[in-house]
Amino acid sequence: MRSWKAWSKKRMANEVCLRTLDLERPWLLEQYQSRGGYEMLKKILTEKMAPEAIVEEVKMSGLRGRGGAGFPTGLKWSFISRNAPGQKYVVCNSDEGEPGTFKDRDILRYNPHQLIEGMVIAGYAIGATRGYNYIRGEFWEPYERFEQALEDARSAGYLGENLLGSGFDFELHAHLGAGAYVCGEETALLESIEGKKGQPRYKPPFPAHFGLYGRPTIINNTESLASIPMIMEKGGEWFADIGVKNSGGSKLFSISGNINNPGVFEIPMGTPFSELLAMAGGMKDGHKIKAVIPGGSSAPIIPGEQMMELNMDYDSIAGAGSMLGSGAVIVLDERNCMVKILERMSYFYHEESCGQCTPCREGTGWLYRVVHRIETGQGRQEDLDLLDDVASKISGKTICALGDAAAMPVQGMLRHYRDEFQYHIDHKRCMIGVG
Amino acid sequence: MTTTTVKDKTEHFTPEVRAEIDRWIAKYPAEWKQSAVMGALMIVQDENGGWLTNQLIDQVAAYLDMPSIAVYEVATFYSMYELKPVGKHKICVCTNVSCMTNKSDVIVEHLEKKLGIGFGQVTEDGRFSLKEVECLGACGGAPMMQIGKQYYENLTPEIVDAILEGLE
Ligand SMILES: Cc1cc2nc3c(=O)[nH]c(=O)nc-3n(C[C@H](O)[C@H](O)[C@H](O)COP(=O)(O)O)c2cc1C
Ligand code: SF4
Ligand code: FES
Repeated sequence: MRSWKAWSKKRMANEVCLRTLDLERPWLLEQYQSRGGYEMLKKILTEKMAPEAIVEEVKMSGLRGRGGAGFPTGLKWSFISRNAPGQKYVVCNSDEGEPGTFKDRDILRYNPHQLIEGMVIAGYAIGATRGYNYIRGEFWEPYERFEQALEDARSAGYLGENLLGSGFDFELHAHLGAGAYVCGEETALLESIEGKKGQPRYKPPFPAHFGLYGRPTIINNTESLASIPMIMEKGGEWFADIGVKNSGGSKLFSISGNINNPGVFEIPMGTPFSELLAMAGGMKDGHKIKAVIPGGSSAPIIPGEQMMELNMDYDSIAGAGSMLGSGAVIVLDERNCMVKILERMSYFYHEESCGQCTPCREGTGWLYRVVHRIETGQGRQEDLDLLDDVASKISGKTICALGDAAAMPVQGMLRHYRDEFQYHIDHKRCMIGVG
Repeated sequence: MTTTTVKDKTEHFTPEVRAEIDRWIAKYPAEWKQSAVMGALMIVQDENGGWLTNQLIDQVAAYLDMPSIAVYEVATFYSMYELKPVGKHKICVCTNVSCMTNKSDVIVEHLEKKLGIGFGQVTEDGRFSLKEVECLGACGGAPMMQIGKQYYENLTPEIVDAILEGLE
């Protein structure tokens, strides 16, 4: 555990998933190898490292799933019984659909080999010999880049049969989505690979027992898997120490919105938000920070002043009633109307609901329609209570977390910006500028 | 499972298209040919000028030994499959939060005016169509759009003009 002053001294950036970023054409195999890439895999295979030791190392690293839920990766891997007979799978989630998130795209574009190495190590650790990387359909360029990397890795003997003479086989392919946010949900993603529409499955059974093609499967986010080679190379403790308590490692933050230098920053967990904002060039055109969505659009919004006091780690953000999620930080200045922002977000969840459960299918429609009528000056006095009510009737009552993802931003907005919504209802217009 | 009415599946598609679909089939376990359905639909859609006809959907079903209804389900579930004709250049503009707060509305208005069409429409000459899309995972380059397979980021009306001029 470190205080943020200690962090300031460390000031590390781009040392895990983006460690090749400063090189020219960093995605090439030679470039990755020039930074020690695939050395760890070689070591594991030639020394025939005990798979349990790998899972232990990952547990020690404190790595928590980077896809949004923050579930400890090592623990997830330990749920697989590696000696169970038959096929097992490693699946990578490169669906990257949570609005505000654009980090996995950079891993695919700039350091695809590290993801491949991480997936092979994961396969070795859980006894799986096949893997799939599910890439969202719009990511055509990253997909091609990744496919090329697969080919190069295959030629170099890092994929295929009997890797480096170890007797271990691992084959890896990329699957391409076709536009559906819900396919980022792990069981919908598995359905989608199986050639079906992407509707989430009931859990349990969890993928560790009944996953892809009904076989034991681990599914992890791109960033989680791409972190593995460095965790193995430098040790779980090294990784844990980069971050803070309960939030091991560094993390890729995708920061966008009304700022000067939006982009992806790989920095230690626990970095003060104010530092991240400074790295991202600060507020655009001298505007004032109004609010921040700290972890993708489903993370409840946090007022700017409060956010300036928080650190970018799970506990700090959770303490403010929100979540770190996928690390997608959307910064909004004082010109933004919160009703309009929520209207757009509610539209999104309504559009993307797969329609399987009534509270989500109907509830997201209600949320959108009510926020829309408030935004367009048709709001009624009872609408704010109605929003609270609908949101609470979705939360926790659906098959997958898309329902919660739709409800949480509504609850966050009403918690902090109720007056803005009330003003819209009372005056039939926006309190911001001309609106 | 019933297979389809189409008799000889090798009658469909050009050899090139078949080879491409076969590349997808090879990625999955032999008994899970249907995993290739998403890839196959995308290939035949591209080949058909960007949209899927019922006949193409049936042909994909036949080729993959799937019931047609299962392929229809997939084709209607995912937003990137088009069931109506689209322009030669399908322009997809993101209007989600990061793009919205970076004035995606100005980009949308500019495109609508320039092309004389709204979302979901195709220009008379068939060259362009407009589509509103959700966050494309490129919010750092907001506002952004996708045309065909290519992303275009940090847009202004002037940049949009230059991009459209550069298209065939
Ligand atoms: C609606 C919905 C969308 C999701 N989208 C993504 C996504 O785009 N990428 C991702 O990695 N995880 C996404 N998740 C989380 C996954 O279900 C899953 O928790 C994650 O892939 C597990 O990997 P991790 O533990 O390494 O984070 C989504 C979850 C839900 C409910
Ligand atoms: S919560 Fe929504 S998206 Fe998830 S399974 Fe239910 S209807 Fe589908
Ligand atoms: S909001 Fe437009 S790309 Fe993410």
